[in-house]
Amino acid sequence: MRHDIRSADRRSTVLWVLLIIATVLTWAVGEGGAGGPAIATLLLGIALLKGTAVILDFMAIGRAPLLWKLITLGWLALVCALIGLAYWKGMP
Amino acid sequence: MDSTAVIAARTAPRSHRPARLAGDLAIWFFILAELLAFGVFFIAYAFARANNPELFAAEQMALNRDAGAINTVLLLTASYFVVRAVHAAEAGRSPVGARWLLAALACAGGFVAVKFAEYAAAFSAGISLSSSTFHMFYLSLTFFHFMHVILGMVILGALWVNSRKGRYDAHNMNGLESGAAYWHMVDLVWLVLFPLVYVIR
Repeated sequence: MRHDIRSADRRSTVLWVLLIIATVLTWAVGEGGAGGPAIATLLLGIALLKGTAVILDFMAIGRAPLLWKLITLGWLALVCALIGLAYWKGMP
Repeated sequence: MDSTAVIAARTAPRSHRPARLAGDLAIWFFILAELLAFGVFFIAYAFARANNPELFAAEQMALNRDAGAINTVLLLTASYFVVRAVHAAEAGRSPVGARWLLAALACAGGFVAVKFAEYAAAFSAGISLSSSTFHMFYLSLTFFHFMHVILGMVILGALWVNSRKGRYDAHNMNGLESGAAYWHMVDLVWLVLFPLVYVIR
């Protein structure tokens, strides 16, 4: 039991570090001022990965029934896809 | 106290546990309603931008991305501390969990302070809900989220009080897990909001 929790702590710590790195990456892209479809796709992809980590590990959906995985990850994927579609539609 | 079946599901070795939602079913329905509301708001922003990408890009460039990124780090860190609090309580160390919750509250307080500074700068620059479509979305989206941070802090405060009293352990996790799930939702929507409003153009 305690051993289980220690390894869960370790996994969450690694994810937290990766989430911070991903945030710095997003910030750096913003400071660079670049835009366009490739950059928008990259940033949405980063948001999708970050959200997936939070849903599966922090919210413990990774251990939840399949239906809840589909609902929560489906929400994230649908929102990111529709944002991507709107950006593609609004390319200057 | 949680039901016997729930306790059995939680105290078995992690790899052998049946699939289970962490927290109360009611809080998860509430979370889904929140996710739906934020999702509609985000998509409305994206399609409104499609009608006027140049204006959105110019005004977006003037936002304080440092503040947005610092707030992302603060929310992620608060979420991580809440995870540690849940793990500590599960290991029977509820008072240790209380200290993690206090650290999470400090991060949330930092978010509020940064947000206040950001709003103060925006208002003194003459930005208001009616100054442009972009500013209308920027202010209303971030303020809608801000209200959720405040509610999340009230919840974290209640969890902290109970954890200090040693109320949570492997046999009684429902309240702690429910509050934690709500806080992670507040973090999750910001992870989409930050790139959407501050960065992607």
